[in-house]
Amino acid sequence: MTRTLLTGNGAAAWGARLARIDYLPAFPITPQTEIIETVAAWLEAGEMAGRLVTMDSEHSMITAAGAAATTGVRVFTATSSQGLLYGMEMLYAIAGWRAPLVLVNVSRGLASPITLEPDHNDVLAARDCGFLQIHCATCQEVLDSVLIAYRLAEHPHVRLPVLVNLDGFYLSFTREPVTIPAQAEVDRFLPPFAAGNIAFRAHAPMSQGVAVLGGAAYSYFRYQMHLAAGKALSVYDEIAHDFAALFGRCHEAVECYRADDADYLFVMMGSFATKAREAVDRLRDQGLAMGLVRPRLIRPFPVDHLREALAGKKGAAVIDQNLSPGRGGILHTELAAAIGCGRNRPMPLLASFIGGLGGRDITPEEFYQMARDLVEAVAAGRSPVPRLLYTDEELRGVRKLQGVAGSTGGERR
Amino acid sequence: MYRIRFHGRGGQGMKTASRIIGTALFLAGYEVQDAPRYGAERRGAPIFAYVRADRRSINERGVIDRPDLVAVADDSLVALPAAGVRQGIDSHTVLLLHGRTPGAAWQERLNLAGPVFTLAPAAHVEAGHASAARVVGAVARLLGVVDRDTLIAAIRRELAGLGDSELAANTRDALAAYDELADQHGAVAEGGAVVSRDFLPPRWIELGLDVAALAAPAIHAPATSTAVQTGLWRTVRPVIDHARCNRCWWLCSTFCPESAIAVGGDRVPVIDYDHCKGCLVCVTQCPTHAIDVEPEEEGTPEGGRS
Repeated sequence: MTRTLLTGNGAAAWGARLARIDYLPAFPITPQTEIIETVAAWLEAGEMAGRLVTMDSEHSMITAAGAAATTGVRVFTATSSQGLLYGMEMLYAIAGWRAPLVLVNVSRGLASPITLEPDHNDVLAARDCGFLQIHCATCQEVLDSVLIAYRLAEHPHVRLPVLVNLDGFYLSFTREPVTIPAQAEVDRFLPPFAAGNIAFRAHAPMSQGVAVLGGAAYSYFRYQMHLAAGKALSVYDEIAHDFAALFGRCHEAVECYRADDADYLFVMMGSFATKAREAVDRLRDQGLAMGLVRPRLIRPFPVDHLREALAGKKGAAVIDQNLSPGRGGILHTELAAAIGCGRNRPMPLLASFIGGLGGRDITPEEFYQMARDLVEAVAAGRSPVPRLLYTDEELRGVRKLQGVAGSTGGERR
Repeated sequence: MYRIRFHGRGGQGMKTASRIIGTALFLAGYEVQDAPRYGAERRGAPIFAYVRADRRSINERGVIDRPDLVAVADDSLVALPAAGVRQGIDSHTVLLLHGRTPGAAWQERLNLAGPVFTLAPAAHVEAGHASAARVVGAVARLLGVVDRDTLIAAIRRELAGLGDSELAANTRDALAAYDELADQHGAVAEGGAVVSRDFLPPRWIELGLDVAALAAPAIHAPATSTAVQTGLWRTVRPVIDHARCNRCWWLCSTFCPESAIAVGGDRVPVIDYDHCKGCLVCVTQCPTHAIDVEPEEEGTPEGGRS
């Protein structure tokens, strides 16, 4: 066991190394590339076994990853943003194959306009493809989640690919102290992949490109994926329990920080949630019973865990680092559905905030103001209209850019 | 918590400097977070990096806007608004500038209440280059919590891949700066958190709907490429010796990737220094070797580079 400074990308690479991956199909994209560069350097130096193959696109990369996983080897791959979406067709396809592998996505906002900095629209675009999703808040969590993800993906009742998400820049290029567990300890937690009946061999071929017409067979297979993803909730809890027992680090499906005795909550996912943790401490200093609830699992969506965490609270500020045009924050929508589905427990008033799009920072004062707005909304008994965290200074900056760009809002000059 | 921001030009080693300081603080028993921040720029463009260090685990993230220490590898960046050197500096902030202008002059010029220390370039340090090691040594001294052995160990850990002679040279430069600033040991004080009582509320607005003609992110005018003075990224400049130029009229101007060389009717090439990035492609193309390379002067005041 070593404790050292690692970037989120470095932590992801260490996760792959410690998981003793066999195969890594790769295609570069900022801010992910450092992950495959790190693994490639280890392979080159003979510090780890396995095979890395550079592909011609993310579409091919994800196809190769799924195909390799269905031959019974342990597969790792990584991408980001446009790359994830370019491979979208195959995300659905290989999840349907029930191919167990781990894909790390380094979140980055989607075009257009193009950016390099993070938000969660890329990973949430893959929300419904059948991959399970674990969202990380620290570099340590990235390493640990890759190991947990293999156990989850390879569980016989689950057998679905798992996506581990980390935020570009805020984790990918940020070094933090990370404990790298000893290989022997990891081997105890994560045994070799028991592939069962997906050990493809040339003398025993099998087909994955299966066509079914009429709907009955299709419905069966797709609903089986849904049931498997649902089963993954209790399986995840068991794995997280084992992980905590072995390594002393707790990665529950939903992180609750000072939430037990809280009246008000921040609810958000990803690395910005540590900023919320800091804001919770500072608001507690001033006597406000604030807490944080952070779903780490987004698929399966931990409805019962979240209902448990939110029951009896007065209000929850849901902060979405994503935007569904025409609807709003995706986590807010999901959470509203989760707490609104029957059953007689008092649930908090929800306030929706959109912040952090394209890496836009969220300041401590903005967390305090969201808490203040939430308290007022609860007192008034009415959910406020959703708010974009955006200042007059930011709009002035955009107006200046529009001036330079010759955007007049009217006739062509 | 210590909050330290490093500014430099791409290639001057400020990312590495931030990592050495991050590792030094980690070895000294601190919890550390360090990160570089850059976009699509290239060598010579302003970049920055930052380090947070605290005795407890760090929850803050992102760019430091209330720095305790700002270290600048190249003091010509102070005048560049895009470099953001002055962002969030207050009377508590210590400013460290690598350059020849004395600290008192900067204090007056920038109207700063906090201390400003200048680190003169060493004789062997080429203008604009290899200043990182000196900045590292000075920062370690100003923090006052990194001793010599820890500094040496941190440099070794971060630069081991460069080979023994590079490692030795950087260690020597860092220790020299560490010793030069001995009188300023521990000049930097840790800053506190933003308290939630009586905080300054964010000036949020209700973002209203604009017509699509305005709200679509299209560029209708070529103004951006002229308005952005990429010439400020240069650390060296090509200078045409017109006596040696054979008036070929096309080679340097055609190969210039920035279209920053214009040739008039008299077949005389003229360099647009507002946009020349100093890549020196023209120097390698000129058949009569009529283009010389000169270092950009450090510390020139606003607008003085072009």
